[in-house]
This record gives sequence, C-alpha cells and structure tokens, in this order.
Amino acid sequence: MSATSAVAKEISEIPSATVRFCGDSGDGMQLAGTQFTNTSALAGNDVATFPDFPAEIRAPRGTKAGVSGFQIHFASEEIFTPGDQVDALVAMNPAALVTNLADLVPGGILILNSEAFDDKGLKQAGYATNPIEDGSLEGYQLFSVDMTKLTRLAVESLNLGVKESDRCRNFYAMGLVFWLYDRSMEPTLRYIEDKFGKRPEIAEANRRALTAGFNYGETTDALHSQYRVAPAKLKPGQYRNITGNQALAIGLVAAAKLSGKELFLGSYPITPASDILHDLSRHKNFGVRTFQAEDEIAAVTSAIGAAFGGAMAITTSSGPGIALKGEGMGLAVMTELPMLIINVQRGGPSTGLPTKTEQADLMQAMYGRNGECPMPIIACRSPADCFEVAIEAWRIAARFMTPVMLLSDGYIANGAEPWRIPQVDALPTMEIRHPSASENGDEFHPYERNERLSRPWALPGTPGLMHRIGGLEKQDITGNVSYDPINHQHMVDTRAAKVAAVANDVPLQEVDGPETGDVLVLSWGGTYGACATAVTRARQLGTSVAHAHLRYLNPFPRNLGEIVKRYKKVLVPELNKGQLIMLVRHKFLVDAIGLNKVQGKPFTVAEIVSKIQELVK
Amino acid sequence: MSTDTQQPSGSLPVLQAADFASDQEVRWCPGCGDYSILAQMKKVLPTLGVPRENTVFISGIGCSSRFPYYMNTYGIHSIHGRAPAVATGLKLTRPELSVWVITGDGDALSIGGNHLMHAIRRNLDINIVLFNNRIYGLTKGQYSPTSPLGKVTKSTPFGSVENPLHPLSIAIGCEATFVARSIDVHIKHLGMVLKRAAEHRGVSFVEVYQNCNVFNDGAFDYATDRSQKSDTTIELEHGKPLIFGKERNKGIRLNGMDPEVVELGKGISEDDLLFHDEKSTEPTLAYLLSRMTHPEFPEPIGVFRDVDRPSYDSLVNAQVRDARAKREGDLTALFNAGDTWTVN
Ligand code: SF4
Repeated sequence: MSATSAVAKEISEIPSATVRFCGDSGDGMQLAGTQFTNTSALAGNDVATFPDFPAEIRAPRGTKAGVSGFQIHFASEEIFTPGDQVDALVAMNPAALVTNLADLVPGGILILNSEAFDDKGLKQAGYATNPIEDGSLEGYQLFSVDMTKLTRLAVESLNLGVKESDRCRNFYAMGLVFWLYDRSMEPTLRYIEDKFGKRPEIAEANRRALTAGFNYGETTDALHSQYRVAPAKLKPGQYRNITGNQALAIGLVAAAKLSGKELFLGSYPITPASDILHDLSRHKNFGVRTFQAEDEIAAVTSAIGAAFGGAMAITTSSGPGIALKGEGMGLAVMTELPMLIINVQRGGPSTGLPTKTEQADLMQAMYGRNGECPMPIIACRSPADCFEVAIEAWRIAARFMTPVMLLSDGYIANGAEPWRIPQVDALPTMEIRHPSASENGDEFHPYERNERLSRPWALPGTPGLMHRIGGLEKQDITGNVSYDPINHQHMVDTRAAKVAAVANDVPLQEVDGPETGDVLVLSWGGTYGACATAVTRARQLGTSVAHAHLRYLNPFPRNLGEIVKRYKKVLVPELNKGQLIMLVRHKFLVDAIGLNKVQGKPFTVAEIVSKIQELVK
Repeated sequence: MSTDTQQPSGSLPVLQAADFASDQEVRWCPGCGDYSILAQMKKVLPTLGVPRENTVFISGIGCSSRFPYYMNTYGIHSIHGRAPAVATGLKLTRPELSVWVITGDGDALSIGGNHLMHAIRRNLDINIVLFNNRIYGLTKGQYSPTSPLGKVTKSTPFGSVENPLHPLSIAIGCEATFVARSIDVHIKHLGMVLKRAAEHRGVSFVEVYQNCNVFNDGAFDYATDRSQKSDTTIELEHGKPLIFGKERNKGIRLNGMDPEVVELGKGISEDDLLFHDEKSTEPTLAYLLSRMTHPEFPEPIGVFRDVDRPSYDSLVNAQVRDARAKREGDLTALFNAGDTWTVN
C-alpha cells in the first residue's frame, strides 16, 4: 500500500486462524467482524463466524455488560466451527479485554486500544492496575496502539467532530487486522462507498481510518510479521457468504417460486428472528407479502388465513413467541392446512437470553400445544443449510397438508459461512394441486384423504367446493363438527399416523464414520459443526466413533432405531438439559448418554472430544 | 367492504337466501337473536352480486361464532378472538374475496381486543359484525366487557364493578371508516345496515344488539319494546337533524361539546338541532354519538360514519404489483446478490 514502507516484514503461511474483535456495543465490532468475514470468504477461505452481542442496545459505555464480540475462523481447509480459542484478539477497551482474554491462546496476538485504558475504563472493568503496564499480559504478543488518537489524526483535515472521528475507530482496527492477515481492503472500500456514498465526508473518514490502520501495520516496527491463509479447497462452484437468517429467507422465497406459490409471512419482531422478516419484506417482486402483525398470535393466525386462501404461509419467531402461538398452531393442525412455523431458538425460559443461543425448545416443538397435536419438526444444522431446510420444510407441509415446525437457533441465524450457490434449474420443483370446481354437484369432502392421509387443499373462489373448517373436532371425510367418541379417536389416530408417515417420504439417516463401533454421536441443530469436528478429531486419536446428525426430528428417519443399536454407546450433545435424548430413549429404549450445556454459548470442539474420550476409557 | 368480483364464465345464476344456507342444523337456543341476524345475512348476500364461492365467513369462539357453519360459503371457525387476524392473512393474499368476520362482545372486545383494534386501524377491507348480547353465552352466563355496572352474573354475584366498553367508541377511536349499529329484531334496518357495510370499501364495523334469551334476556328491551323504542332509540340519517320520539317532537342539540335532549317547539326549531354527517372526515361527531346511552339519551342506530380511505390490502398489494412491474423477482439474481466468488 504505502510507498514509504521501508520495513521488510516476513509473511508466514498458516492453515487457519481465528480472530475476535471485541469492544463496547457502540464500537462497531459486528461490522468489523462482518467485513473481515466477507473479505476472507472472497479471498477463498472457508469461514465460520460467531457474533456475540449483548441484549441491551446500549449498556452503559465501557461496562462488561456492554461488550460485543465477533469471532471469525478462516481456513485453507474445510471448517465447521468458529473455533474454540482465538489466535488474535482485538479489544477496544478494558471491559472487552477482561471478558475475552481467557479465550486467547497462550502467545496469541493481542491488539489493544490503549487510549481506552484510562482510570475510568480500568475501574469499570475491575482492573486495579493497568494490564498494559503491569506485566500481566506478558504471555501474549501485545500490541498497544492508541487507536483513538491515530484515527483522529487520520481524519483531522476533514473537520469532523470528535464523536464522528471516534466512530471511525473500528475501521482503523479493521485496517490493522487486514494488514496482519494480508487481506485486501478492496471489498471494505466498496462497502464504504455503498453504505456511506451519500455522506462523502463520512465515507472519506472511514476510508482514511481503514487505510491508516493498514499502514500502521505496514510501516511501524511494532508488528513484524504477517500471516497468510491460502484459499480453501472447497467444492468447485460459485460461492457467497451467508448468515442463517439470510439463507432461510432466500430458501423460503425459492420454495415459494419452485412450488408456484406466493409467500405470506405473518411475523412479530423478536430477537433473533427479525432479520427473516426484514429480508423477506424486501422481496415483494417475488409476490412476497409480509405482515408485521400486532402480536405473535395474530402472526400465526394470519398465516392460517393465508394458508386457507392458498398461499405459502409462514410465521417466524423465537421461543417466547412460539409459546404465544400455541393455540394457533393447534388450529393449523386441526384444520390440516400447510404452513411453516419457524423458531429461531434463543436462551430461555421466559425472556431468557435473547441474543444467546440454546436449543431448548425441542420439547416445546414436540409437545407445546394442548391435546394430541403432532407436527413434523425439521432442524437446520448450519447457516448455509437453512436454504435447503426451508425448501424441504415446505415440501413436507404441502405434501402432507400439515403445519411444519422448522427449528433454527441464534448461533445459526447470526453466524455466517460460505454458501455454494445452487443452479436454479437444478433445484427440485414442487407441484401443488388444488381440487378444481365440482361440476356434477357432488358433495365436496374436505377431510377425504389420499394415500399419504393428506386432505385436499380446496381454495376459496372455487365454485362448488364451499366448505367450513375450524378448531372443533371434525367428522372424518365430511369435516362437519363431530363430538362422536369413536370419530375423535379415529381423527386423533389419523392425524398422528399422517405425521408419522412423513418418515416414508424423507431420506434414510446417514452416518459419518464406521458402521459399528464404540460411540455414536447423535446430534441435531446448530451443534453440527462442533460435533462433526469433534468426531473427526476423536477418530484421529484412534477412537472408534461415528456421527449421525438429524435433520428430521419428528418423525425420526425410519432407520434411526436400527442405527443407535449398532454402537456400544450413544452420546447426545445438546445445548439444553437433555431433550433429544429423552425422545431417543423413549422411542428406542437405548441407554443414551447426554452432554448438556446451557451457557448461551455453542459447544467447543474440545468439550465434545473429551466427552467422547471419556466414554471409551 | 366491497368487492369487484370476477364472475365465473357463463351467466350468473340468480341466488336466493336459501342458496346461502348450509346443510348444517342451526344449534342456537330457540328464541336467540342470532337467528334473525343469520336470516338477514342470507337475504342480503344474494343482492350483492358476489358468488358464494367468493364469500368467506370467519369467526372466533362464542355463540355468534358458530355462524360460518350455517352459511353455504367458505368459512373458518377459528379460535377465540383471532378472527380479524385470520381474515387479515386471507384478505392480504386473496383481496378479491368478500370476507366477513362474525364476532361477539367477549370475542372481539375481551380476548380479541388487540386484533380488532389493529384490523380497524389498518382499514382492512372486511366486514366485521359484532353480536353484542352483553354476556358470555357459550360459557353459560358470565359478565362480558359490555355488561353494565352492577350486572349480577355467575361470576359477579355481587354485581359487576367494571365500567363497560362501548364497541362503537372503540371502533371510532381506531378510526374505522364505516361504523354502524342495528338491532336483531329490527330486521329491515338490520338488512339495510348489513348491505351498506358490504358496499363500503375498507373496514366496516357493525354492532348488532342481540338478545341472549337464556342468559341475559331483555337486555335490550328498552330499545326493542314497541311502546318505548321511538323514545329510546334514534335513527341516524345522513344530512338530517337528530329527531326522535313517538311524536317526533324531541331532538338532540349540542350544548358546547355535549349533546342534550331538547323538545322541539317552544323556540327550538329543527335548525337548532345536531345534523348527522356520516361523511365527516373527523371521527369526533361519530364518537359523540357512540357515547349517547340509555337512559340519558336515545341510543343512535344506523350508520355513524362512512368515509373513504385506501384499504390496507389494496395498499399492500399495490406495493407488490409495483415491485413486480419494476423487476419481476428472479431467483438466480437473488441467489447471486452481493459479493460472490468462484472456486475452480
Ligand atoms: S346462550 Fe344466548 S346467545 Fe348463545 S345461543 Fe343461547 S340464546 Fe343465543
């Protein structure tokens, strides 16, 4: 970059690195992380990210409660997790340092904004002495940089206020890290132009801060080596970086288009699901209608109305909102209308930990409604996987005339990874049939079933098919209200049988690893990456261990019962107190062992490896 | 609401009230006011020119909410209080359908108050008919949000101490574009009001005084009793002064901000009276009328308010149309939006 650079710096090639930006929630760390992720993805690395931010929009400045972080793992090989520990930590203030330092590897790179380490900042973080000066950081490669002063200097001639100048600090930090990992600034410069083009002085300030940070790395003696992570050998194709919520939104739009339907979303804003609403509301040119409902109940019931009218109906929420939708979901089950209920899980119970991840809503998905109220459940395993799962969920809903629960979680929703962009014509099309007008005046039977036990989806506007549906128990075939005891038994059994029959329509469960062995790791949802990586690592240690990751949670794939019996031990790691394990033990009478964690954080690979190793001891 | 409906090919069969009757046995208590509303609805629908298959009745829970089962149209008997939300999803995606919401005082104003309020303020092009019997009938006789103070019911053995809601005040407070009231036994008037509601474009809110002869018999006797109804009710007519009484010798005059009952003659002429203006853009007059209650005032019936405002569903669908006209969605472009890279 800079022609004045006189210092020759060495570049070391490394297979992968993990970097975490952390600072106050007003410091723009999420943006720094996102930019670094995109840049790494565009450079051809495989990436996995873990944004971690507080629930409060603005906790008091400089406090530990207000610390926001973004972790990126980028590699020249395929990776599945954002990394257990970080190789480089950027901390913008003492609170960020004290809350994140434990995750930095010994000898790791530590970049601090020294200006923030004043008396007040230190006190807020609980430091008695300044760690930059007291020698406590000796075990790391410490780079203490007065980013505030250097950023102000870089933008000085633009005559911005102090506040606005300081707001560019994250770009300074980015520049420095870009230099450290030999990254191009181009994508971020483009981003700045897109985002701030209308405010040229702000755009210029951010550009200058970014470049100043980069040049600082290059020209000063402070940092003497750069690192380079070569492109990963991913499957050939066109890629983009994508978060779970983005992939879900795109998948839903695709599902609508592939099935010749118009998409209706009824939703009430809630963390961490709102981005799906935001994304979908931009896609009106696909015939998408989004309805920001007055509450969660209106969100689900409006979707039922739209489903009755023939739309691809969806409602999105997170655990607390799903609780409110309970009665509405029951109506959807009773009326046997196809729709998707999407739960982007977060820490519970109650309001719980809105911005933290957990997978403790599986039982809610299975049983969280009154009466015998079964519903297929399908779960995403990673950000890019959300795309396929969205399409598959809608396929099941429409084929079986049933609401389907789709489970994601905060970790998947906000995390990002490269997505191999599919060819549109390679995607499966779905044909959805609606009965046409009755011509001979024959009575229409809304609850007459086909071989899959699904009922006809007759749409208002069709002459001769006028019918009424509702929450009261239906008479078999006619759909008239019925209080007959035998009929009720029959209908309850039939609804259950219909959902169970979904198992005949989904692929057999695949297992990664030996066909038989000491341990089977059985997982679902967002723990996929950690479990897959842990199993690979344990195998490298010589352990006989296989991995089965479930996409279909209700009903289970039809070969699952046989699979779990082929291994001496079944380990079920979950970010809850043991929910899948309860279903598996109940269903297959297998003495599975749980590994459970509810800290609002994903598993580390090491946690799972050590549990596997413990089981084979 | 009103609907421009495409007729199916071929000539339009002339429908009768009986064509709108389903094959289901009507199961309200004998003598219930709901029968009369059902009968008027069946009479009005054939006059609207909307085919049965393009008509949808959506209800919540309660005696009134059984209504859809008795209509030979499409229908959803949904869950308690949520009919306006169900209707919203349907109407946003199928704006060509004629959608009616049938609800009661408990369904609409208690458990479903939130949905009612928002469907109205959005001006969704549906017709909401609220059967107000001032009691919970289906659950056998608890007080409702419209039960008067002091009302003794199963759950208020010492009398209700809750101030009742006026359904029309709520609707007007939410700036409903069409607001009307009628009475179950006042069949001609009821038919007229339902028809006008159907013809209005945007949300129509109709309160019908409905006698629950089992749990709250006679709640509206003051308004239906032949000997006194001309003194206890006042029929609103657009552009006309508010006159009532058997002799048509009484009227409503504004005294500052407040209405008062005056006798005509003795220096008070019709010109001194309040003139009804259902087209008034401000909802103030309609609200004032909705506050007139028995026994201090005759209770107005008829159309309180009928104004034009674009409907929610038309606005939502216009945005979709415009976006498509600009550039129809293309999956390949959507997938490839933003920065992409190639791996060989
Ligand atoms: S309980 Fe009352 S409102 Fe209900 S059907 Fe009987 S009379 Fe009518």
